Amino acid sequence: MANSKNNESTGLIGWIDERFPLSSFIKNHLTEYYAPKNFNFWYFFGALALFVFVMQILTGIFLTMHYKPDAAEAFASVEYIMRDVSFGWLIRYMHSTGASLFFVVIYLHMFRGLMYGSYKKPRELLWLFGVLIFLLLMAEAFFGYLLPWGQMSYWGAQVIVNLFTTIPFIGPDLAEWVRGDYLVSDATLNRFFAFHVIALPLALAGLIFGHLIALHEVGSNNPDGVEIKAFKDKKTGIPLDGIPFHPYYTVKDLIGLSVFLIVFASIIFFAPEMGGYFLEHNNFVPANPLVTPDHIAPVWYFTPYYSILRAVPPILNSQFPGVAAMGLSVLIFFFVPWLDKSPVRSIRYKGLLYKKWLTAFVLSFFVLGYLGTVPSNIWGQFSSAVPLLGNGDIATFVARIFTIIYFLFFILMPFYSKKDKTKTVPNRVTMP
Amino acid sequence: MANGNNKVDLKRRKFLLAATSVTGAIGASALALPFASSMLPSEKAKAAGAAVEFDVGSVGPGEIKTTEWRGQPVWILNRSKDMLKSLDVKNNNLSDPNLKVVSQQPTYCQNATRSIKSNVLVVVGICTHLGCSPSPKLEKKGDMGNEWEGGFFCPCHGSKFDLAGRVYKGSPAPTNLVVPPHKYLDDNIIIIGEDQEEKA
Repeated sequence: MANSKNNESTGLIGWIDERFPLSSFIKNHLTEYYAPKNFNFWYFFGALALFVFVMQILTGIFLTMHYKPDAAEAFASVEYIMRDVSFGWLIRYMHSTGASLFFVVIYLHMFRGLMYGSYKKPRELLWLFGVLIFLLLMAEAFFGYLLPWGQMSYWGAQVIVNLFTTIPFIGPDLAEWVRGDYLVSDATLNRFFAFHVIALPLALAGLIFGHLIALHEVGSNNPDGVEIKAFKDKKTGIPLDGIPFHPYYTVKDLIGLSVFLIVFASIIFFAPEMGGYFLEHNNFVPANPLVTPDHIAPVWYFTPYYSILRAVPPILNSQFPGVAAMGLSVLIFFFVPWLDKSPVRSIRYKGLLYKKWLTAFVLSFFVLGYLGTVPSNIWGQFSSAVPLLGNGDIATFVARIFTIIYFLFFILMPFYSKKDKTKTVPNRVTMP
Repeated sequence: MANGNNKVDLKRRKFLLAATSVTGAIGASALALPFASSMLPSEKAKAAGAAVEFDVGSVGPGEIKTTEWRGQPVWILNRSKDMLKSLDVKNNNLSDPNLKVVSQQPTYCQNATRSIKSNVLVVVGICTHLGCSPSPKLEKKGDMGNEWEGGFFCPCHGSKFDLAGRVYKGSPAPTNLVVPPHKYLDDNIIIIGEDQEEKA
C-alpha cells in the first residue's frame, strides 16, 4: 500500500501509485539510485549499449516488414529494401552499422570491467550476466549475418556450422540438426531468421533486465574501486560519495550519446560498408553453394576468435582442438571473478604486473583481430632453412604466439594478481 | 487434514513436491522432443538429398565436370594416363596415402586410385577442413609452383589435394576428400548416392 516515503497519495500519480509502484520505481532506480560521483569516460558504454540494443530492435522491426526469409527471395528482398523501400537504405544501414557499433561499445564496456575490477565480489553475478549477454550477442550477430543471403553470409554460416561437425561422436548429426538439411539451405535461413528476430532478442532483453537488477542491488563500481556504501550520511543514509543517477548521470550519458550519434551518423552516411569491415564486399554477390569465395573472413568483431581457431593446428587428424580453443577463448571470461586474487579492484591501485598483462592481452586481441581478417599467407612463409618453422606461414606463427598470450592473461591471473605489489586504496573516492 | 491439529506433515509435503517436480520434468522433456525433432531435415529435404545420375561418357580424358548431390558439388574427373601416373610417385608427401581413414571412401574405392574405374574419380568437392569448395588445378606446375603435380587447392585455408583427392601433408585439412557412394548402371551412367554391391 501507499508507502508514505516513496509514493504520492494525490492526483493521477497518486491514483497509479495505489495500484502500481510507479513513483517508488522511479526513485529506486533513477532519482534516488546513488551512483559514485567519480565516473569517467569509461562509464558511458553501458548506457550506450542499452541504447544500441533498443535501436537494433526498432530498426529490426521495420526491416522485417520488407525482408523475406526465403532462400529464393532473401537476397533480392534486401536489395529491394535498399533501392525501393522509402528510406529503406537508412534503416538497413542503421541496423548493420548498429551491429558493429554494438560490439565496439560492448568491448569497451568489458575493458572497463577488466580495468576497474567490476567483476570482483559482490559483483560476480553482475559480471556473469554480462558475459552471457556477450555470448548471446555473438549468436545474435551470427544468425543475423546469414539473412542477406550473400556469398559471405552463406559460406560464413557453412564454416561456423561445420565447426560442430568436429565435435567427437555427435558432431555430424548435431550440424545436420542445426542446419535442418545436408547443407546450409532454405531451412537453415528460415530458422536463423526465427532465432535472430525473436528467440535471441527475447532472451537478451531478459538477461539485460537481470544485469540491471543485479547492478542496482550491489551498486555501481567506480574508477577507484572503493565501496561508496561504506560511508553514508548518518541522517539520510545516502552514500557520501554518491549522486542521484537522475539528473546527474542521465545528463552525462546524454552528452556521451550525442558524441556517439555523431560517429554513428558519420558512418551511416559516409562509410556504411566501412571499407568491407562492416559489410563485406563478397556479400553483395548472392549465395552460391557451388562456388566458394577466394577468401572467407568473418566480420571484424569475430576475427580474434577466428584467428585462434586457425592458429591451433589439428591434433590427431581432428579440428576439434582449434574449435575448443575458440570456444574457450570466449567462455574463459566467465571465470575472471575467481581468477583475480588481487586484494584491490581498480587498476589505479594494482601493481605493474597486472598493467603489463592487461596491455599484453589487449595487444593480442588487436593482433589476432587483424590477422583474422586476412589470409594466413599474408606475410609469406619462413624459408625452409629455419628449423622447426621451415615453410610455415609467418602469420600463423605470430597468431600462435598471441593466442598463447591471450590465454596466459587468464590462466596466470591467479598467480600474478596475488604476487602483484598493490597500493593502498583510499577510503573515499578521489576526484581529479 | 489427516492430523487435524494444524500440524504440517512435512514428510508428505516433501514427497508431493518431489513427485510433482519429477513428473513435470519428465512431461516437459517429452514435450521438448517433438520441438527438437522438428529441426531435423524434413521429408522434403531428405527427398532432395536423393541419388542423382550422371553420364561419365560426357567427360573427355583430362577433363572435369561438376554435378550436384545433396546440394554439394561432386566432381567427375576423367584422369588421363599422365594424371594417373602422377598418383604413384609422391606417397610420402601425403597425410594418408594408404587410406587409413576409411570413412572418406566406400570400400569399393579403397584402392590406389580411389575409384571404381581407375580413370574416373568421383569425389565431393568440399574441403574436409571447414567445408569450402577447393578449386581444381589440374595442370602441372603453373601458378601452384614447380613441384605441383596437378590436383585441387582450397582457397580458404590453403589445403592441397592430389588428383585422387588425397590431402598433402601440411594442409589444414585433416583427411582426404570424400568419395561419395556411387555405382555404374552401365558403362557410362553412374548414380551418385547409392552403393555398388560388393563383389564376392
